[in-house]
Formats: sequence, structure tokens, C-alpha cells
Amino acid sequence: MKYLPLIWAGLWRKRVRTILTLMSVVVAFVLFGVMHGVTAGIDQIVNQMSDSRLRIQSRVNITEPLPYAQLARIESVPGVMSVGFYNFVGAYYREPRNGISAGAMDISRLKAMFPEVAISQEAIDAMAQTRNGALIGQDLAKERGWKVGDRIPLRSTIWMRKDGAQDWTFEIVGIYSGFDGKVPSNEFWINYQYFDEERTFGNGTVTLYFARINEPARSAQIAEQIDGLFANSPNETQTQNERDWLRGRIAQIGNMAFFVNAIIGAVMFTLLFLTGNTMMQSVRERIPELAVLKTYGFSSAAVVSLVLGEALVLCGAAAAIGLGIAQAASPSIFRAIGAGGLSLPWGVIGSGLGVAAIVAIISALPPAWRTQRISIVDALAGR
Amino acid sequence: MSVLNQIGAVTAMNLRSIPRRVGSSSVIVIGIAGVVGVIVAVFGMTRSLSQALVDTGRPDRAIVLRSGAQNETSSTLLVDALATIRNAPGVARTSAGDAAASAEMLASVNLIRREDGAQAAVGVRGVEPTSATIRPEVKLVDGRMFRPGLRETIVGRGAHHEFNNLEIGDRVGLRDSQWTVVGVFESGGDANESRLLTDAQTLMSAYKRTAANSVTVLLASEGSFDEFKTALTTNPTLSVSVERERDYYQRQSEDANTFFGLVTTFVGVIMALGALFAALNTMYSAVSARTVEIATLRAIGFGAGGVVSSVLAEALLLSFTGALVGAGVAWLLFNGNTVGIGNTVGTLVFQMHITPALLGSGVLLACIVGLIGGLLPALRAARMPVATALRATA
Repeated sequence: MKYLPLIWAGLWRKRVRTILTLMSVVVAFVLFGVMHGVTAGIDQIVNQMSDSRLRIQSRVNITEPLPYAQLARIESVPGVMSVGFYNFVGAYYREPRNGISAGAMDISRLKAMFPEVAISQEAIDAMAQTRNGALIGQDLAKERGWKVGDRIPLRSTIWMRKDGAQDWTFEIVGIYSGFDGKVPSNEFWINYQYFDEERTFGNGTVTLYFARINEPARSAQIAEQIDGLFANSPNETQTQNERDWLRGRIAQIGNMAFFVNAIIGAVMFTLLFLTGNTMMQSVRERIPELAVLKTYGFSSAAVVSLVLGEALVLCGAAAAIGLGIAQAASPSIFRAIGAGGLSLPWGVIGSGLGVAAIVAIISALPPAWRTQRISIVDALAGR
Repeated sequence: MSVLNQIGAVTAMNLRSIPRRVGSSSVIVIGIAGVVGVIVAVFGMTRSLSQALVDTGRPDRAIVLRSGAQNETSSTLLVDALATIRNAPGVARTSAGDAAASAEMLASVNLIRREDGAQAAVGVRGVEPTSATIRPEVKLVDGRMFRPGLRETIVGRGAHHEFNNLEIGDRVGLRDSQWTVVGVFESGGDANESRLLTDAQTLMSAYKRTAANSVTVLLASEGSFDEFKTALTTNPTLSVSVERERDYYQRQSEDANTFFGLVTTFVGVIMALGALFAALNTMYSAVSARTVEIATLRAIGFGAGGVVSSVLAEALLLSFTGALVGAGVAWLLFNGNTVGIGNTVGTLVFQMHITPALLGSGVLLACIVGLIGGLLPALRAARMPVATALRATA
């Protein structure tokens, strides 16, 4: 610690070089922080998904509906505690641009299926009494300024009404919030009965089922059993627990993993290679100064640690600044990819500092090591 | 010695002595190579993606959707509407005299990706026989065309490459039915190459649907669009939106473009910034290592002009070399690669094209970075007091 002033003085000996080196490393670590932050964030979301709730969709594709009749059979599978369902509605409010994520379901099954959704019993009862009632998410209510009692006309490009009217009018009877604020509460839930009675096609079908199971460890077997019920029927199902489903969805996005990893690797390598080289050169240039330190009586070990200390302070500070910038920027970045509410995990910052330390050691150690064997007289003469 | 001769002499001497400084010179080359390589690859990916989407359009084709639908999958057109659309003015005629309009149905099926065994969705498009006239770019490269009425399908080149079990003779399980792959087609690298094509009627009856998703028409001429659109949008019995095919696909690519655009800009800016700092740093070091040499030159009478231009020339040459290496590596690694990007209803399979224009931009960027990186150190070298510089031990 008493060597800190020496280290500080050594860093600022060539001001421009130090600042430029600092900037290069800061830039490298901003990228490191953001990229790893996003990956870690996605992992976080996946792990938050339930493994005691199964998701059942058509084996062919999510766009294929399943018959309502399957509900009773799924309920009868041992291990299944409760079953719910969801019918994707896909609507918009006034302009096609104002898309609303709407879904039709049996609200009485909601709490059993999704205990993490906060909704009052009165709202659930009101839905049972109001045929065209709607429950909207907190974020949606805030965004649109809607409140309980409002009558909202929605339109759908997929579904048509039997009476030929364009508008589906709903009365908001309750507002829900949920998922601990980690996932946006922006859906518009309506009564399946009303929806199914009024639509012209697809009657008696749903988009997917949810099944709560009592033993997460047996989720794979229970899933197989459910699929077995409908194998070789016209409506084969594919059942997975939510976590596996999300992992599959992410993998579906594309074979971009190679591409992204290659880019991060290339960027980090390039920036740190250039920086490391400059630091190496800097040490080599200062051999005469280090020789002066040795004539004062600093041991070889002390000189080596001084040099290393400088490099570590420089890289460490730059990495800290870069990761700090990434940390500050991550809320907006997470919001942009639809994962608002997450933050950069400490693991990323820890591994970032670790990488910085490695770069510092690799760049400064070889030339510093050589100072152990310099002849002081030659070094002072600049030879 | 005239100024030009001076500049020439010092620059030539500088460049000839580069082999003695292989170590520090190669640092700049490698650094710039990395930067250019990454930028070329990332921009190449974004351009190739928009290309694949936008290429799927012809100026004399129009697409009709339900009013308000953002894309074909979320649009439903009833049978009554189809007849009116077919008989609208401005539609071309097939050789048999029918309206060149195809009422189409879209579906999706989950298949296994070849590369990593992950499950992903493939789009299926059911077309009418008039599609042959409307889409002349669809050409069979293997096998034969599907026969209407039979559950047969042809698969696009992209989907064939990306997914398992799409060989000729393989069976694909669509809703409650098994379909046989009988041919492979290509259509100029557009979005249809990522799909299966089959007969619309056969598909609709298998799915027990009577409504179509969209209608694609071939217009009598590019200019017929307005006539066609007005006729349909002013018709009180219809509730449709009409777009030129190009505009439709442009709109579809907007979301992907925005996202990838953000990623590209972010990575590009970071790379360029980092490259700039690193290049500046390295050139400063290179110049300071040769302070005595440069001072000697000035002491014997060479002017500042020669010194500055020689340093700039060196920076430029090294950056240019680095750019060539980086662009070359990016081209080797990524050009012609097939990439698949998907969502729940389909996967767009497209080829990465690293075009000469892109390579050129990368090289230009590198040269600019090199120039800026060399300028400041060069000026510094030229202005250092000669006596001090001669005594410098760097």
C-alpha cells in the first residue's frame, strides 16, 4: 500500500498513453458487460420459469388449436392438480398499430394455475358475472389510462363475430398485477365462454392448456403421459414444463450462438491484444527507471510487483469503469429486448474483473520478469 | 532538395524500414484486421437478412389482406371476398384466361434443425395453380411439382438445407395428415425458399378451413396497382388492405431490421471507438520509439512535411494491410453461410453475402482510422524540439 504513490506516478508518466490505454480497455469491457449481461439475463428469466407447471400445445405447431374436450382427460392424469387453458385472441384497439395482447380463458381456473398473479377475489367474481368482462394488467392500464368500469372496443383481424359486427366490446372489471414485476403485466383477459359463443370459427377449441403438477421431479413422466393420451389422434399434443419450453423458444430464435460468441471473442481479443502490446512496450521503455529503483535498494521482487501493480490498477480501473457503464446502460438494453426489470448479475462483474486481471498479468509479467536479471549499470546507461 | 523530394525520400526510407519493426507493425495489422473483420461480418449479416426479406417482392405483384392485419398469418379472408378480389380491375390474366390471383393459406409445422437438433417452425404456403403464372421465379431444382388433390408438397432450398427430414420421399406431418415431399425448388433467395409450397385447396380441406389468409395477384402492369387498390378498398362489401408486395415485405423486415440495426450500430460504434483508441495508442508508441531517429532526420535538414507524411504513409499502409486481412477472413468464414432466424410460425433461412461494396467500406473505415491514428502522433513528432528529442531515451 505504501507503494501506491509510486504506482500512481508511474501510471501518469506518459499521460496520453495511459488515457488511451484506459479508453481501449473501457470500450472492450462495455461490450463484455453488455453481451454477457444479456446472456445472463436470459438465463435468469429461464430459471424463474416454473417447473411445476406444464404447457400443452399442438404437436404440429402453436398455431394449431386443440379441442376443449381434451381438458377432462388431462385432468384425470395422476399427478395433475389443476388444469387451465388459454385461447390466443390477437386484437388491436382502434388502430392496427395498437396491438393488444389479448387472451380468452376460464378465469375461475386462473388462481390455481398462476398463483404468482395478484388479483382480487372480487375481480374474479365480477368476471363470472359479467359476460363481456375483462381483466387487464397493471402496465396496460397505466399505459392506456384505462380503469375499472371503462368500456373498451377491440377488433381482431383473425376472429370474426357471428353477428358481423367489427367491434368486440368489453367492460373492465378488474386489474391484475403479477409475476413480481419481472414480466410486464400488459395482457387483456376475457371470458372464454363469451368469446367462443360469438366467434364464427374455431368453436370448441383452445390454443393451449396449462397443467399444475404436484411433483416437479416427475414433470417429464407426467408430460409423456399426457402426450400419450392423444398420440395417434387428429390432435396430438406436445407437453413440456415451462422452463424447457422457454429454452426451446430461445434456441428457436436461431443458430446465432456461434456468430455472437465469435464476435465477442474477436472484439475482446483485438482490443485487449492491442492494449496488452502497448503496456508491454511501456514497461520495456522504462527499464532505465526501474534500474534506478534497484540502485536505491528495491529488491527484484519489489520491482516486479510494482510493475504488475501498475498494470493491475490500470486494467482494473478501466474494467470497473467499462462494467459500470454497462451496468448503467443495462436497464434500457433489457427493456429494448423485452426483459425489463433485470439488472447485470454480480457474476458478470466478477468475471469481468477477473479477465482484466489476466490481461494485466499477461501484458506486464514477461517484461517485468526480465527486469530481475538486468545489469543495473547497463540499464542505467540505456543499453 | 525540393519539398516533394524530401517527402518522397523520407517516406520511402520509412516504409523500407518497416521490416525492422515487424513486431510493432504486425500489432497494428492484427488489430485493424480484427476490427474490420467484425464490422464486415456484423454488417454483412444485417444486409443479407434485409435482402432476403425484401427480395421476396416484385413491383407488379400485390398482396391483399384483411383490413388491419399486420401480416398474412393474422389475416382471414372469407370465400365471398375472394371472388370479388379475383374479378377486380388491374389483374393480369393467365394463358388460360383466368385471373392471375392466388388465394393462399398459411400454416406452420415444427421440424428439427439439422445443425443443432433444436426444434423450429417451418412455414407452409398453400397456393392456387395460378401461382405458376404469378410466381415465375419458383423453379424446381430436384424432383417434380406437387399434384393438386394429393397430399404432396415441394420444399424450398433454404428449408431443405436447414431442416432434417425434408428429402424427396420424406413425409411431413401436418394437421391430421401426412404429406410427401416430391420436389425441391429455388426462387431467387427470397423468403419462400424457407417454406414448403403445396396446393391451397388440398391444404384447406386437410385443415378443415374455408377461409384463406391472403390473396396474391399479378398486376396487368406496375401502374395497374392504383386501379386495383381503389376498386377493392372502396367496395363496401369488402374490408381489406392492399399493398404492393415489396412494401409488404419491407414492413415485415422492419422489426428485424430495427433490432439488428441496433445491434450492428452498437457493435460497430464500439469497434470503431476501440480501434481508434488502440490505433492512436499504438502509433504514439511507434513514433515515440523512434524519437531519436526522427530527430536525427530533422537535425540534418529534413522538413516537418516529410516526417508527417512518412508517419501517415506508414499508418495508412499498415491499416490497409490489416483491413485486407480482416475483410478476407470475414469473407472466408462467413460468405455463403446459411443462417436461420425463426419465431413460432416460421424460420427465415438466408445466405450471408459479404459483398465487394461491404468489403470496400470496411477497408475505407480502416484507412480513416489509420489516418486519424497516425496524424496526431505524426504532428507531435514533427513539432518536438530537435535538441531535446536527440537526447531522449524515450
